[in-house]
Order: sequence, then C-alpha cells, then structure tokens
Amino acid sequence: MQEWANQLCENRQFGSKMTDSKYFTTTKKGEIFELKAELNSDKKEKKKEAVKKVIASMTVGKDVSALFPDVVNCMQTDNLELKKLVYLYLMNYAKSQPDMAIMAVNTFVKDCEDPNPLIRALAVRTMGCIRVDKITEYLCEPLRKCLKDEDPYVRKTAAVCVAKLHDINAQLVEDQGFLDTLKDLISDSNPMVVANAVAALSEIAESHPNSNLMDLNPQTINKLLTALNECTEWGQIFILDCLANYTPRDDRESQSICERVTPRLSHANSAVVLSAVKVLMKFMEMLPKDLDYYGTLLKKLAPPLVTLLSAEPELQYVALRNINLIVQRRPEILKHEMKVFFVKYNDPIYVKLEKLDIMIRLASQANIAQVLAELKEYATEVDVDFVRKAVRAIGRCAIKVEQSAERCVSTLLDLIQTKVNYVVQEAIVVIKDIFRKYPNKYESVIATLCENLDSLDEPEARAAMIWIVGEYAERIDNADELLESFLEGFHDESTQVQLQLLTAIVKLFLKKPTETQELVQQVLSLATQDSDNPDLRDRGYIYWRLLSTDPVAAKEVVLAEKPLISEETDLIEPTLLEELICHIGTLASVYHKPPSAFVEGSRGVQHKRLPGSTESGESESPDTASAAAVSDAPPAVIPSQGDLLGDLLNLDLTPPTTTGPPPPASSGMQMGAMDLLGGGLDSLPPIPLRMDTPQSPQLPHQSPSPPDYSPTELGGDLGGSPAIGAGFGAPPAAMPASFSAPVSGGLDDLFDLGGGVGMPMGAYSAPKTVWLPALKAKGLEISGTFARRSGVIQMEMTLTNKAMSVMTDFAIQFNRNSFGLAPAGPLQVLTPLSPNQTIEVTLPLNTVGPVMKMEPLNNLQVAVKNNIDVFYFSCQYPISMLFVEDGKMERQVFLATWKDIPNDSEAQFQIKDCHLSSDAASNKLQGSNIFTIAKRTVDGQDMLYQSMKLTNGIWVLTEMRVQAGNPVYTVSLKCRAAEVSQWVFQSYEAVLKN
Amino acid sequence: MIHSLFLINHLGDIFLEKHWKSVISRSVCDYFFEAREKAVDPENVPPVLQTPHHYLISIYRGKLFFLSVIQTEVPPLFVIEFLHRVADTFQDYFGGCSESVISDNVVIVYELLEEMLDNGFPLATESNVLKEMIRPPNILRSVVNTLTGGSNVGETLPQGQLSNIPWRRAGVKYTNNEAYFDVTEEIDAIVDKSGTTVSAEIQGVIEACVKLSGMPDLTMSFMNPRLLDDVSFHPCVRFRRWESERILSFIPPDGNFTLMTYHISSQNLVAIPVYVKQSISFFEAGSCGRLDITIGPKQTMGKTVEDLKVTVHMPKAVLNANLTASQGNYTYDFTTKLLVWDIGKLNPQKLPNLRGSLSMQTGVPNPEENPSLNIDLKIQQLAISGLKVSRLDMYGETYKPFKGVKYVTKAGKFQVRT
Repeated sequence: MQEWANQLCENRQFGSKMTDSKYFTTTKKGEIFELKAELNSDKKEKKKEAVKKVIASMTVGKDVSALFPDVVNCMQTDNLELKKLVYLYLMNYAKSQPDMAIMAVNTFVKDCEDPNPLIRALAVRTMGCIRVDKITEYLCEPLRKCLKDEDPYVRKTAAVCVAKLHDINAQLVEDQGFLDTLKDLISDSNPMVVANAVAALSEIAESHPNSNLMDLNPQTINKLLTALNECTEWGQIFILDCLANYTPRDDRESQSICERVTPRLSHANSAVVLSAVKVLMKFMEMLPKDLDYYGTLLKKLAPPLVTLLSAEPELQYVALRNINLIVQRRPEILKHEMKVFFVKYNDPIYVKLEKLDIMIRLASQANIAQVLAELKEYATEVDVDFVRKAVRAIGRCAIKVEQSAERCVSTLLDLIQTKVNYVVQEAIVVIKDIFRKYPNKYESVIATLCENLDSLDEPEARAAMIWIVGEYAERIDNADELLESFLEGFHDESTQVQLQLLTAIVKLFLKKPTETQELVQQVLSLATQDSDNPDLRDRGYIYWRLLSTDPVAAKEVVLAEKPLISEETDLIEPTLLEELICHIGTLASVYHKPPSAFVEGSRGVQHKRLPGSTESGESESPDTASAAAVSDAPPAVIPSQGDLLGDLLNLDLTPPTTTGPPPPASSGMQMGAMDLLGGGLDSLPPIPLRMDTPQSPQLPHQSPSPPDYSPTELGGDLGGSPAIGAGFGAPPAAMPASFSAPVSGGLDDLFDLGGGVGMPMGAYSAPKTVWLPALKAKGLEISGTFARRSGVIQMEMTLTNKAMSVMTDFAIQFNRNSFGLAPAGPLQVLTPLSPNQTIEVTLPLNTVGPVMKMEPLNNLQVAVKNNIDVFYFSCQYPISMLFVEDGKMERQVFLATWKDIPNDSEAQFQIKDCHLSSDAASNKLQGSNIFTIAKRTVDGQDMLYQSMKLTNGIWVLTEMRVQAGNPVYTVSLKCRAAEVSQWVFQSYEAVLKN
Repeated sequence: MIHSLFLINHLGDIFLEKHWKSVISRSVCDYFFEAREKAVDPENVPPVLQTPHHYLISIYRGKLFFLSVIQTEVPPLFVIEFLHRVADTFQDYFGGCSESVISDNVVIVYELLEEMLDNGFPLATESNVLKEMIRPPNILRSVVNTLTGGSNVGETLPQGQLSNIPWRRAGVKYTNNEAYFDVTEEIDAIVDKSGTTVSAEIQGVIEACVKLSGMPDLTMSFMNPRLLDDVSFHPCVRFRRWESERILSFIPPDGNFTLMTYHISSQNLVAIPVYVKQSISFFEAGSCGRLDITIGPKQTMGKTVEDLKVTVHMPKAVLNANLTASQGNYTYDFTTKLLVWDIGKLNPQKLPNLRGSLSMQTGVPNPEENPSLNIDLKIQQLAISGLKVSRLDMYGETYKPFKGVKYVTKAGKFQVRT
C-alpha cells in the first residue's frame, strides 16, 4: 500500500508538467500581456493552451475579462474542445462586455444549424446563459427551431433555455409564444424532454405565481406519471414536486396516483424519496381512514424514512427536519422506529440535536424506559449544547408521559448529584416545568434544589429557582432568607430574574404576611423607584396598588390557580404544520417556516393547504385560501394600541424611557393597567381586570420555558390578603405624590400659549358625539367634533361637569398621530367648571406635530387633565378636515397623474341613496375642499373629475359618475397613498348626505 | 436552482468557483466561514445556512467543503445529493477528491461542472455518459494529445443518454465477459456498558462490477428475500418485477455501480459478532486512571473476525496511556486524545486484552463524560444478516460470462458505551 502510494507520488512528479496546475504559473512579464499574445497565435495548439490558462484563472476568481476580444476570436473553430472552452469563458463575462458579446452572435446562430446535435445544443445552451439583453433578440429564432428539433437532446436543452430567457426577459418569452411550446413539450415522446419541460415551467411558475402555467388536469397528470417512470432521477424530483401541487378530484384518483408514486420510495436518490413522501403525505389526506390501502400506505412510508438516516450526515439533517414534521402530523408512521433516532457519539452535533427532538416526539408509555435510559446517557456526553438539550428532554418526557414523571424526576435528581454546573442549572429549569404540570406532587425534592442555590449563575436557572421558592414559600422555612439573598444584587440581575423576584416576594408576602413586610416594601421600591425598566416598574406599581387597595382581590389574583402546562406548546401550530407538510423537502421544511416568511423575492407565494379528506366534504375554495393568506400578513408597521397608550403615559409620568420592550399584546389588559396607574381605580373595579386575563391571546402558562415574567402572568398574580392592609399606609400615599408632580409640571407649560376663536361655518361638520363618558373620568364628560372653518382645523368640544366638585386647571395633549395633528394653543377653559355646568370650547389645531401612523388611520389619542386627574380617550376625525383650500389640480397635471398611478391602486366605491344632481353635489363637495376640475357627459351619465390635497401634501384624484335618476353614485379613486382611500370615501358619503 | 459552487479547503481558502447564472461575489462565503468558526470541528458545520439574500448548502467530503449558493426555494436534499454526485464524479475521474487533484485538473473539472448542470438544472450526472463527453485524464492520453493535438472532449453525442436506458452506452465490447457482485454489510450498533444491545441495524449494499458485451439483461434472485423489506435500487432495476417476484431484473450499466442498498432495522434480531468487557475508571486522588478491555467472539457464525480495531476517544484530561496489549499494538495521540488499539485477527482461544494505567492532568476535576469505544472489524465470506444470492442469470446475449459473488461484513458505527 505504502509502496503504491510512493509510486503514485513519483508518477505525479513526473507528470506534473502534464497537469493543469501549470496553467497557474505566471511569468514576470505580466500575465495578461502574455496570454494575449498566445491567444492570437497561429498555432491551434497554442491557442487552446492559452484559453485553458484563461479558464484556470477564471476558476480562482481572477479577472481576465480584458481578454474578451481575443478569446472571442478563437470561437470560430471546428475543434469542439476549444469551442467549449470559449463558450465557458463567454458565459462568465458576457454580462460585463455586452458590446463585445454581440460579436459572438453570428457564430452562435451558425452553430444552431450545425449537423451535429451536440453543437446545436451547446450553442443554444450557451446563448441562453449570456444574460445580455441585446443577445436575447437574436436568440428567439434559433430557440424556436431548437424547441422543435428532431433530436431530443436538443429539445431538452432548449426547454431549459426558455426558462433562462424568461429570467432575462419575461415579456419577450410570452410574446414569442415560447410558453405554449414549452407546455406542448409536456406531451413529448421522450421522458427527459418532459422532465426538463416540467422543470422549466416550475421555475417560471415560481417567479409568476399567478400565471397559471401548470394547468394540471387528469390528462397532464397521467402524462407526468408515465414520464416519472422513465426519466432521470432529477427529472423525477421535478415531476413529483409538480404532482404535489395537484388536487385530485376524489379519493379514487388520489389512491391511483399514490399507487403509481410509491415505487419511488425505493429510489437511491434521497431527494426523490422525500419528494415522493411529500406527494403521499398530501394525497393520503383524501383517503378514507378505514380503507385497507390507507393502512398499507402508512406501513410503506416508514422504511424509506428510516433509510434516509443511514445516508451522509447532511442528508440526515434535512431528512430529520422533515421527519420532525411528519411525526407531528402522523405519529403512527414511525412509532415503532424509536431506536433509529438514538444518538451515536460521532454524529455531527446538528444531527444529534434533531434526533433528540424526534425522540421526545415519539416518546410514549411503551418506550419511555428506553428513552429515559438513553437521555441519561446523553447527559454525560461532552458537548454542552447537547447535554443541555438532553436534560431538557427529560423534563419534556415527564410532561408528555404522565406515568413516567416520577422516573424523570428521580433521573433529574441523579443528574443534579453530579454537580456539573450546567447540568444542575438545566435540571432546575425543567423541574420547574414539572412542578407546573404536576403541582404539589414532587415538592420533596425542593430541599435538594435549594442546596444548589449558590451554584446557579444563569438567569434562566435563577429565575426558575426563585419561582419555585415563591410558589412553595409556605413549605420552605427559610424562603424569606433565600429570596432576600437574591435581593442584595437586585440591580445586577437580568430582567427575567428581577421580575421573578418581585412576583415571588409578593407571593411570599401573601402567604406569610407577618414576617415579610419589610422585604416586600424593599422589593417594591426597588422595582418602582430605582429601575428604569418599564415592565418591571409597571408590574411593581400594579402589585403595590393591588396590595394597598384590595388585599383580598390581590390574593385571589396572585395566588390564583394557574392552568397546567402541556406538551402541546412544543408542537407546531396546526395550520402552519399543514402548510409545511405541503412543502416537505423544501427549505421551508428545514426552517419550519412558511416560504412566504423567508424566501427572498417570493412574489406572492401561495399558501398551500392539505386537501380535505372526502368525508369532510369539498376542498377549500380559493377564496378562503386567499383570505387566509391576507390575514396572515403581519400588521408590522402599526404599533398596537397598548403601545401608544404607553407612549402617552410615559410622556407625562417620567422622563421618557424608550429602551424598554413594547408592552404586552393584550390591549384590554393594558388599558386596565393604565387606568390603574392613572388613578382611575375607583371607577374601574378590579374584577374586569381579572376577566381579561384568560382571554388574552397568549397563554404563557402553557409554555414550559419562561414562567412568570410574561405579561399576562401579571394579571394572574396580582393579589392581597385581608391581614395586611395595615402595612400599606405609607407606600401608596407616597406614590401618587411621586408622579403627580411631573404630570402637572409637564402640562402647565401648555397654558402659556394663546388660543383661537370660533370661525364662520363653511364645510360640513359632523354632530358632536360623546368621547369621554362621565363614568370613566370621575364626572367629566367630553363630547365633541372636528371641523375645518376658513382654513383652520378645529376641535369643538362640550365639557360637562357631572361630579360634585368644581373642576379647574384644564389642559390637553395629543399623542403622535398619522397627520401630525397638534393643539395650536391651550385649552381655553378660563373659569372653573362648577357641578352640572356645561361649557363649549373650540381648540384650533395645526398639523406640525410629531407623526406616527395610527390604526385606524384617522385615530387620535387625547389626554385631558384637570385638577382631579388625567384622562385618556381616543376619537376619530373625518379626513375631509384635512383637505386644503389649494387642492384644485391643473387639468393637464390631473390627466398625467391619473395615468401615472397604476390601475391596480385604483379603488372604487359606491354611494347609495344620494338624490343630488351632479352640479349640486359638486357645489356641496367644493365646500369641503373637494374640487371639480372637469365634467363630461356620456350617455346621460355625468363624469366629474375631482381632486383634493391633504395637509401633508398627498393628492387624491377621483372620478365620480352620476346618472340622472339613479341614486347610486360611483366613485373611482386613485391615490399614491392607498391607505387614505377608504377615509376619503367616508368623507364623500358624509358630505353628500348632509 | 443551484446558482454557484465554491470549493473550500480545510484552511478556509476558496480554490475554485463556478457560477451557472450570474456571478456571485465570493464574499457570500463569509457567512459560511462564520459558521465554520463557530462549529469548531468541520464536521459540525450546519449543512443549510441562511444569509440575507442567499442560502448556502454545503457538504464536507474528503477535507473539502463543497458549498453551493442558491437563491430560490429549492429542495435542499436535491442540492446535497447533487454535491455528493459532483464529489463522486471527481473521485471517479481523478481517483481522488483533494485540493491538489482538483487544481491539477482544473479545466476538466470546469468542463465537468458545466456538463453536469445547466442553468442550475442537472444535465448529465451518470458517469458513463460523462465519460463519453469528457474523457478522464490519464498520462498516456495526455502524451498522445500533446503529440497529435487530440482533445479530451468527445465529438459526438453519447448514444445512451436519450435512450430508455440512459445508464448504459451502446456497443460495449469485452474479450473477457465478467460480472462480479460484492455484498457488503455494515453493522451499526450501540451496546451499553452492561453488554446489552441498545440498538443494532444493518446497512447492506450490493456493489457490482459488470464488464459484459452488448446489451445483457440480468436477473438475480436471493435465498431469503424476505429479509429485504427496506431497499433502494439503482434506476436500472425493474421495480415491478421486484414487487411481484422478489427478483432483481436489470440491464446493468457498464463498469462499477451500486446495484442496491438495503437496511435491516433494529426490529429484526441482528447478530453482534463480538462482545467487549471493559472498565475505565479515573481516580481523583492519584490523578490517574485504569483501563482494562477484553474482546471475545459472540455470534460469528463460525467465521474468523479480522482487522479488529478499538478506538477510544479519551477525555481531555488524559495526558498519556501506559498500557500492555496481549495482542496487537496500541497508540495514544496526545493531541487528538485518540487511543487506537489495532488487534488484527481475533483468536477465540486467547482473547486479546489491553490494560494499564492512564496518567491525568493534575488538579483537574474528574472527567464528567465516559469515553465510548468504537469497534472496527471485518468478517470475510459472511453477510451477517444471512442474505445469500441464489442465482444470477443472463438473457439477451449468447456468450457465457464469468460470474462471482463475494460477501463481507464490517462494523459500521459500532459503539460500546462505558
């Protein structure tokens, strides 16, 4: 062996002049210069060597584009190898030298006529790779010929070329009718041609999801299935992926397709296998479960999936990610195959982690003993990430298989005894989850856990331990000491530990009020006064309030029975899972995300759904599917209501703290919380607050990882005890003082400004509505409306005092809003408002305030302050008050703009029951700054062209059609900011009907 | 589809790049290098990486990374399979797949890549077809080419490529017609410290070397085909025939190919050929440890176990090993912490034993992990699953070929935990 190797070495030295490495040697003269000379040499052999040198430089990323003309000159040759080499070069550099590339066109066209099919195919293939617009024009004719070539090798090359051309110039391909030719190729007699046509069509369809290129009907499906048996492995993948998009008409068709696809499960190429699995998983949905064939199919799916795991690790990884989806959808397929997922110590780490995940998903009462033994083994391995995940897996097993919980706990205790730092921490985190699943069952282990308190240095483990201490405070004698020890370094802890500590101490206090008063006061002041984290501060205030006002309720809330966690949380959400099953074998299945979430340039990826089984009736109609797609779109730009209120509040209460994470999603909850802070406690009984909690969309109780620091827990944990009221005299008294000062301070500034007065009537304004009911504002009722009078936007309000005491010191402030509305002066309430008195106030507004997009667009959030408190409300203003007086557009400009805005951003509305003539309507609209630019009458139908301009410079263009005698107007609207359309329409309706 | 390919050596240098669509800057590989850094071992680099604009799918073969860049949704298995196929082709053409071999043949490599993929679609990946289009290099040919100005590119279209049997070229002629089949089985097993089998399965493969003239049509039947319920075949095998009669019927490709692979799962009883008695312990006090390993035959079906080798991946704290082997040699590599004991043939009368002490780094706590033992072995003339070929027949040609079947059993991932 050794000898043989030596010999090989010698041969290599001898042969070194013969290898391509010589092409890398350079001389001093300058490489490019020398190559140029050689390329222009008369000797054919020298030319070829020179081109090879050029190619060699190209492969290592050197720029040899300067040699373009010289290389192209070598192209006209009958030496096939030289020709190929030149073509290789051209493909790489044509883009950077488009003018030069034209020189090559003639040769290409000539080669497309060559008697040798190899050369014809080579030419058409290379031309397609040259991504230069100028070349594409010349490509059409040769391509058309090649698509109909007698030689299938040329046809299949041409099919791919259509996809290439489409990528460069889609319009051209459509105009030339290549797509139809390509569709015809699906019926070609040669399976390779069919496969390539399918591949090309799929690629084109991917970039144009709505083009309906792959018109799948039973006939084409039949052709594809026939080609499937005969084409290459790669072609099989394309065909299977294409089949997966088809929805069979009934279960019989579904079964017959499945029968013809199952042989692919035995293919040596794993990609073919996985694509076949995808088709089967999808079509299986349509088969009735009592069918014999259904059972057979389930059995057939297991072996190929297992075989994938004996392939190379990279393949294993992708297979495992997909198996993870499959076992969630149909656990029965692999339930007996647990052992193949056992981890070998020399598996790459990414394979180990995936195997572990699947082991837990497959764990059941039948195999749990084996699984636990394995997991315990893994917990002693070297790789830290893997060990951690193994420990976590033990916890998940306990939660999943109830019968095994006790075994799991004792295994975890064994692991804690090893004293390996990260194992202990991980074990404590999962034991916390076990407590949450089986409360009051395993507290006997708490003592052991407490022993390890000092070694915990990771926030998650510390938080978990604190949660345990708080939850079981009554059984831990020195709970107060333990928690106090954490309190010392409160400010150095991470947020999750701080929040946990706060809650745990409040729990402790509610359980043992007598000894822990000092502790709880300490933590509350740490949380509310010394912290700049809004989450922590808010939670602190809420506890404080709750404890001081209604300790009974506090106890009910904080110590409420919490829902148990379950293993469900680890599962992928069912609709997403369904979609992912349709994408088995793709990147989406590797990332466990729908393609729309991450694929670059996925122009409107269609959401795929599993077909329903025939028993459940019709399959999904396209409408509902698209509706689902729409609702999936994330409302990213627009912050939640709660967020805004938070902003508003921060304005007044403290110096702005913008660093904190956004407040919780549940806006109802948030409102409640804010009212509490604003001092609205009297009017807002604590009960609705608690009712909010279970409705909130997220259920963090069920999530095994983070326990108490999720926002909703806040509601669940508020509470108090009857015995403790006394302890709270001081803090609540101190608190309002601490923040009422900055409030009045901030608002007082507003009073310095002068104000405007009422304006004569002009445009329409809506009647007043109640914005702030007296019930919510300690007796102050505000109703109001908006108007635009003589070019000034006004907020007209009626303030009524329904309380028993006099109100003074009024002030107003707006939150940031879509159009930057802000008060142009202070609120003019000069005399005190005595009980039962009503006063009319007009507040001029400007549009130079800070801008933030609101939902709905015309929402305005307002804070009004008086001597009693600060109140918040929100109202909506008619967008017509933002139409400015110079909103009349030039006719020419109007025409050009109308054309310029694409048709798909045109919105159309109808106004019903409007009996005005077109002139009367036009006059009425003019009063609200909607200007009619032109009028045209066609067939007794009046077309009014109108324009308006918003304060922020957005133009809106409309066409209104009025038919005499028809009470329905049609308004077509075009605007570059499409969001305003519906509000403009509302304004039309309001103005015309009043 | 596959957009570009980068070949990267173990030092992290890109030594070859090929773009099938537009040129993508090699800076895209930086994301890969980052992941490579994080993974510490090259084996642990995740095969699929996401970057802001591309996806990087890579395989690690022969100390090289084959890194492909893709831009659209594409089945990752498709890409990985293709990359392995590229590596296989290099292996086939140049007899190796190292950086130096590839750089020596860079032009052929480039031509091959161009021939294998068109616009990201696989074009010709069958080695038979490729070899007709681009001839593999050999010294004699390059000498001849230099003298005569010939080339290594085929001038005509390979005939087989578009027939219904793309894997076989027409007009094959041999003076000696022969067909050899190697049945190789690998045992993947995990045995726990008490000697019980945790899991055991067999990966089997039938490799063929067929040198037959014309268009031979072969059938192969087995004594016990029931064993084979999880199989994957070379495309040449007629699947229907297998389903109905459990017979392999095929027109073989010319030369070497993998006829089928099969998997015998842990649900069947898999024979474990050897047992291992071991004890490895570490003492904190003396900062030393003891090791004692004995191997004996278990279910060998009366055959001899050869090429027996034990590899132990020692914990970091183990500095040196001072052992005595009753048979064979042992080495301990201080840097990789690998203890390799090369035993050779297993003699049932005198069981091989390795024992002695391990010296440990002082002042370091005892290793937390227990080292696993990896066993390598070979048993000739035995397929441990019991699989046997009963007949091999040829139709379609008249000559009498020479036929042969060979069996061998090896240890795959055979681990003994301690």
